[in-house]
Formats: sequence, structure tokens, C-alpha cells
Amino acid sequence: MTVHSVELADTAVGPARRARGWNASLVVGGLIVGLLIVMALLSFVWTPHDPTLVNAAARLQQPSAEYWFGTDKFGRDVFSQIMVGSQTALFVGIVAVGVAALVGVPLGIVGGMGSRWVGETLMRFNDLLLAFPALLLAIMFAAVYGGSTLVAMVAIGIASIPNFARLVRSGTLQVMRTEYVLAARAAGRHPFGIGLRHVLPNVSGLVIVQMSVGFAIAVLAEAALSFLGFGTPPPTPTWGRMLQASQELLWEAPRLAVFPGVAIAVAVLGFNMLGDGLRDYLDPKLEDRR
Amino acid sequence: MSTANVTASTSEHPPDRSAVLAVRDLSVAAGQRRLVEEVGFTIHAGERVGLIGESGSGKSLTALSLMGLLPGELTATGSARLGDHDLLSGDEAALSQVRGKDIAMVFQEPMTALNPTMRVGHQVAEALLIHRARTDRRSAHAGAVELLAQVGLPDPAVVAHAYPHQFSGGQRQRIMLAIALANDPALLICDEPTTALDVTVQAMILDLVVRGVEQRNSALLFITHDLAVVATVCERVLVMYGGRIVESGPVLEVFTRPRHPYTQGLIATSDLAVVDARGRLATIRGSVPPAGEFPAGCVFRNRCDHATQACADRPPWTELGDETGYACFHPVTHSRRGFDD
Amino acid sequence: MLLRLLRRTAVFLASLFVSSIAVFTFMAVLPGDPARVTLGVNASDSAVQQLRDEFGLDRPLVSQYASWVHGLVTFRLGDSYVSNAAIGPQIADRFQVTLWLVVTGMVIAVLIAVPVGTVMAIRHRRLSGVLLSGLSQVGVAVPAFLAGILLITVFAVRLRWLPANGWTPPVVDPGMFLKQLVLPAFSLGIVQGAVLTRYVRSAVLDVLREDYLRTARAKGLRPGQALVRHGLRNAAIPVVTMLALQLATLLIGAVVVERVFVIPGLGSLLLDSVANRDLIMIQDVVMVLVVAVLLVNFLVDLLYIAIDPRLRAGAS
Repeated sequence: MTVHSVELADTAVGPARRARGWNASLVVGGLIVGLLIVMALLSFVWTPHDPTLVNAAARLQQPSAEYWFGTDKFGRDVFSQIMVGSQTALFVGIVAVGVAALVGVPLGIVGGMGSRWVGETLMRFNDLLLAFPALLLAIMFAAVYGGSTLVAMVAIGIASIPNFARLVRSGTLQVMRTEYVLAARAAGRHPFGIGLRHVLPNVSGLVIVQMSVGFAIAVLAEAALSFLGFGTPPPTPTWGRMLQASQELLWEAPRLAVFPGVAIAVAVLGFNMLGDGLRDYLDPKLEDRR
Repeated sequence: MSTANVTASTSEHPPDRSAVLAVRDLSVAAGQRRLVEEVGFTIHAGERVGLIGESGSGKSLTALSLMGLLPGELTATGSARLGDHDLLSGDEAALSQVRGKDIAMVFQEPMTALNPTMRVGHQVAEALLIHRARTDRRSAHAGAVELLAQVGLPDPAVVAHAYPHQFSGGQRQRIMLAIALANDPALLICDEPTTALDVTVQAMILDLVVRGVEQRNSALLFITHDLAVVATVCERVLVMYGGRIVESGPVLEVFTRPRHPYTQGLIATSDLAVVDARGRLATIRGSVPPAGEFPAGCVFRNRCDHATQACADRPPWTELGDETGYACFHPVTHSRRGFDD
Repeated sequence: MLLRLLRRTAVFLASLFVSSIAVFTFMAVLPGDPARVTLGVNASDSAVQQLRDEFGLDRPLVSQYASWVHGLVTFRLGDSYVSNAAIGPQIADRFQVTLWLVVTGMVIAVLIAVPVGTVMAIRHRRLSGVLLSGLSQVGVAVPAFLAGILLITVFAVRLRWLPANGWTPPVVDPGMFLKQLVLPAFSLGIVQGAVLTRYVRSAVLDVLREDYLRTARAKGLRPGQALVRHGLRNAAIPVVTMLALQLATLLIGAVVVERVFVIPGLGSLLLDSVANRDLIMIQDVVMVLVVAVLLVNFLVDLLYIAIDPRLRAGAS
């Protein structure tokens, strides 16, 4: 540490204090995610139309007061389908991120607290898992068991484990070098107690940020899976399958691709921004680094 | 001629002819926050000047502003003339011509100051090539090897082909010195060059610095918090506290007869022989406030035992002689001894 | 250095072994009876038994695994259950197509990400940097197949500049090959470029804070010169890591993009095999994809040793 940087650190106290608090990413990301959740919950009790109702008389309608986003080639209301599609996106995200965090966080803590050998082995295992992206796993699962929501959730969840494990391990390594952990170890505290009492609370910020980012990844992967037909089977509408169906109609009705496309992009953007915002909120020093 | 123009009497003394560097009213600020205030001093050709003070006193910022390398969020005002160049002009194209040629700097942290992915010889040769001291790579490389030999690295030809991670901190600092001295600068700035090194290595590096500037008749501005180092290396000393120069003069004069209570405290704390009644080493009461949060008036008054109401005003510069003086309402009279109770 | 090389090689070989076991277990053991899965529940028992005999599915698993690996190494993968066509040549053919897509996509990604990311880092306090940052954030949120559909809508449907889909090998018609390559390659490249841009930005920001960059400027280099001569090589290290990790994403992204643009690559082969329940073909294609990813990561490890002299020093 140079004197130069110490002096700068002193001067940086003001702006850093200011950075902690609400920031644009946090607000916009939070709003988008909030809206998404409200939409998904609302769609359980109300949609403008039955999203699965086939109506030959109302095929390929332009957007109107009746059909806000128009209708698809079976006369189904696109807006209602988008609303219901958010259920799948969020549901798959919740389970996948939950699986990834439940497995990845303990793995990362063990990897960071254990011997060098344990840590290295874990990291090699992580690298190996990175060679199996969610989509590849899902294709393997689907080949054996057929496509389903469960396949999507499990595949995305497993593929997301390395992200959590890697992050938590590096966070744990940092915490393990701090004086209070050294003191706790010197005092003969059980490693399990240290992990629970010192490490977990200190890496929880990282985990929360990664959950938000992981959600974005899950939404992307779910969309790709249902686009390929390996996700939630029909008739439940999903954004990915809507896109897939839109492809043959790109000449007549490109809007059929635009609406679900925008829904995917906005949802992913929302979760990514929320993640960025949370990162800045929890650690203002990293403001410039995202 | 005055050294630190705390009062606004700059124009009384025209710059000395042999002055290499003339700094007037140098201030550094981060937004509204003033980190260095109205610093002024002169350095003559071949002169070795120490700049001492605790961390947070603004020493390094003073040096970086002279190099034009302040981090983006900081701004420097005032003037600093090096020959015909105004170092604070902010003219990046002109300044890059001066930097590394007329004014060079060795930084505190040798472990990170060298590019880890470039051969050492190449990094030295680059300094020669940038300023056209050598025009072709081959002679630049030969020049680099010679410079590496001058800073006492054994097998300089082998060293030139190595990468920074293969060297110790002391060796890396030698390499940094070779880069800094490459173009025989008129002024060399060293910012705590030995702080990060072992005590045994310190002396050798200091010796190299002194020999390096003597051979080139370069002036030296040596920043440190270590009074013993200043006593070995420098002829004159500037004492900085709270972003201001509070005292200056010949090293012997300032160290034996400090006028400013801060200087006196600094000397007392560095003297391991001075202990209080309970056998504790002397300290200066309180701690250095965060940069930019020093008291108005005399910056030292919240830690000074002699402070009175008068100190709420800014103490004027009292000149004792050429380049010698202090800024204090209650200068130390040299019958008293012991600063901290 | 030799030690490091040996260790990397050992890790690479071990990864190959473990992943082959995983793929084999998943595709050949877990389904219980691959012959039954392939032929479906309605097939007669004798047909199922015939398939078992033909492909040696009654042999012990270890021997099945050994002959599979042997096939992979010698690239004699036998014939498909379903089409009876030789698997090896099919995969090789399709892989070429996918490679075109992935490599072009990656080149586009790098060409976008390096300059844009660097500008974003240098101007991160200014409006232009913030705007570019926002734009890349949007790019990250668009999956490659969606980018593909949108590109088709604009450039094929509206403007009619480029074909909406199809594939022509370069030896048959280079002009058509290029025209058909543009949209799918950009679908992959733009999205991957947006992701990579953010890594370039943070790598360059990190480098800009380094002491050695200040040293470079103290020598008399201008800020831009200092960054180019001293910064970019160092910034390349984390970016190359990211690039290698992205390759898996890019390969799998190509699977979906091939579906969008009706391109006969490895992805289409994989998806068709899933539709046909051609387990052995799936097993082989998956393994080829995994090997490709592991191999690239291994090569990148070697590349580091070339970029970073600290790693060349042997044991760190």
C-alpha cells in the first residue's frame, strides 16, 4: 500500500459514502423485477383472455383495445400468453437458482475453508462442470426423460452451481484471512461454527448478488430450452415457445417475435441491473468495476 | 528568498537564476476539499532537498502534481516552473515531453511499479527511446544494460532479459532508478523509495540515489517520513503537515533547532532515547486528521500544546534566512526540551 | 515451467476421463435399456433384443465403455442405431459447419468487445462511457437465438439484403456461403461481444489503476500510448480467460442458432438425434462438444504461459 493510495483512500471517503444508497441500477432493476413478479402473480387470477383459447375467427389480429398485443395464428391472445409465460420464467428461475445456491454455497465455503487440496479439487470440478452448459445438460436429460419444466429447472440449476461455488470460495478465502477469523481459529472454535458464524454472513452479499444475476441466466436458458422444445410442454405458454412459433410467420407478423423477445430481454435486463445495483449497494468500493 | 509562501508575498523575490524548480502557490484539491494548500519552494541545480511529514500530509500529492500524474479526480493549481516549462499547465502533449526527460520519479512500491509482462531491459530502453536519447533499439538496449550496471545490478546483460518477478524489491527499485536516471533529468523525485524495503537494502539504495544525482548534477526532491534518511541524503529539508509547508531550512539547522512545534514533535518521536517519566516513547498527541479536514488557521493547532486563540488565524511565514523559516505564532525557543509532557 | 505443463496436461486428461464417465453413465447406464428407449415402448421384445445384440448392449458396462472410448479416440464411432449411417463422418461434416459459425462469431465478438470495452473503460466517468455501458447491458440481455430472429426480421424480411436461412459449403459457392454466414455469425457475435465488452471494460479499468501504468507515463508516454504498450497485454489475461469460458456458451448458442437459421451443423444433428431418440449419436455429439470445450480451455492455459512470464517461472 503506497502513501499515495492511502491519501486517496482518505479523500475517497466522501464519494464512497454517497454511493451507498439507492442507485439507478437498483431502482430500475428492482422496478422491472417487481413488475414481473406482479404480472406473474396477477396471471394466476386474471388475464385479459384465456391464453390457451383457440379462436379461428380472431387469427393474427393486429394489436387493438381488445387484443393489446394482437393474436397468434390460432387466435390466442398474445398479451395473456406473455403474462402466463412469466410464471414459467420465474418458477424455473426460482428453483434453478435455489438448487444452484443450496449446492454451490456450501461447496464454495468448504472449498475455501478446507485444505489447499480440497479447494483445488473443487475448482477443477467446477471447471469441468463449466464444459456442460445448461442447454447441453437439458438436451441430455430431455433425450432420456423427455422435455419438461423439471428438466429445465434441474439442468439450469446444476449448470449454475459453478458460478456460486467459485464466487463463494473466493469470498471465503478472503474472510479466512481476516483477523477475527484467525482469532476464532486460534480460540479453537470448530470450523463448522466459524463457517456458520463468520463466513456465511460475510459472503451472503456476494450470494445475493449472484442470485440476481443467476436469475437472469436462468431466464435466458429457460427461453432457449423452450424455444427448442425441451422445456415446459404445451399448452402452457412460454416465451421461448412463442418465439419458436413466431418463426414461420416472420413475414406476415414479425410482432409475434417482438413481444416475447422484448419480454425475455426486459426480464433479463431487470435481473442483471438489480444484481449490479445490489453489488454497488452492498459494496460501494466496487462502484467502477462491474 | 522565501520558501513557503504562506502569506501572499511571492512577487517580492524573483526566481533565482540557478533554480531548477520553482513552485509557487501550489494547491491540490478534490472537488471542494483542499488537500495541498499554497505550497511554495525552490530547488537549485544539484541540490538535494528532503520533504518530510506523516502520511496524509500531502507530500506524495505534491510530487504527483509536479509530475502531472495526479489521479483524475484531483486538480492542481498554482505554478511550478521547471526550466521553461510550467508543470501545472495541464498541456498533456508538452508535459509528456518533459516527463521522464527533465523530471523523473521513483515511486514507493517497487513490487508493482514495473510492468510484469515486459522484459526489464526493454522497460529501461523504452525511457531512452521515448525521448530520442537513443534512436534505434539496439543502442537503446546497450544503453539500458549500461544503466542497469550503473545501479549496481550484477550481470546487467542477463538482468535486461529477465522479467520483474525474478527480482527482489531492492533490485526492482534499482531498476526503477535506472529508468528514472536514463535521460539525466534536471530533477529527480523519489517518493519514499526505501519505505517498502528491508533496512539493510535501504542504505544501498540511498547511496545509489545520491551518487546518481551527483554524477548528473541533478537536483533531488526526496520524500520520506524518516528523519534519519533525510539527514543522510539531503542538504535542505521542507517539513509538511496538513497540506502545508510548516518549516524549512538546512537539515542541520532544522533538526537541531526546530522552530515549529510539529517539527519538534516529529524529531522527538523519532528519537528512541527520549522517553517520558513512565518510560514510554514520545508521541505527538492525537492523530493526523483525514485529508482535507484539518482545522482552519494553523493546521496543527488541534494537536499542539502551545496553541492559543491566536492560532485560529493562519500563521504568517517567518523568514529566518535564505530558504529558511517557519509558520507558527509560538515558535519553539530553544531553552525548552521535551514536547509531549 | 515443465512441471506446470505436466500438471495442466494431467488435469486435462483427468477432465476428459471424468466427463466421459459422466456422459456414458448418463446416456448409456441411467436410461436402463437404451434399446428400449430408442425403439419406444411399443416395439416388440424381439426387435429390442435384436438391437441389443447388434450393438453389444448386453455386454458388461465396462466393456461397453471401453469400446466407446476406443471408438472416440480412433474416431471409428460405428453406425447409428436409427439411420444406420456411419456416425464419425457425419459428426466431422457437421462439426466443420458449426466451427465456421463459432469462429466467425467469436471473431466478431472480439472485434466489437476490445475497442468498445476499452473506450468504455477510458470514458467510464463520462456520458459516452455510461451510454455504451447501458447498450452493452441490453446486448447481454438478448439471447443469441432472439438476436437471430430479430436480424432475420430486419435484414431478410424487411430489407431483403440477406437470405433468411440455409447453408452452402464454401467450396460449392463462396459468395452464397458468405451471405448465409453473415446473419447467424452476427447473432452469435453481437451477443457474445456484449458480454465480453463488459469484461474488457473491467479488465482495462483494473489495468488503468496499476502502478506500472503510472511508471509508463512517468517515462513520458502519453496516456493512450501507455495503455496500448503496457496495459493491453496485461488486460488480455482476464479477457482471454473469459473468452475461453464463453466458448462453451458460444458452442451451445450455435446449437440454437443453427435451429433458427436451418443450418446443418452439430447442433441440428444433436437436436435431430434427440427427436429420433438416437442415444448413441447424442452421446457422441455431446462428448465431442465437451471435448472441444475442455481442449480449448487447455490450450488457453498454455497460452497464459506464453502471455505471462510469471507463469513461465515454473512453480509459483
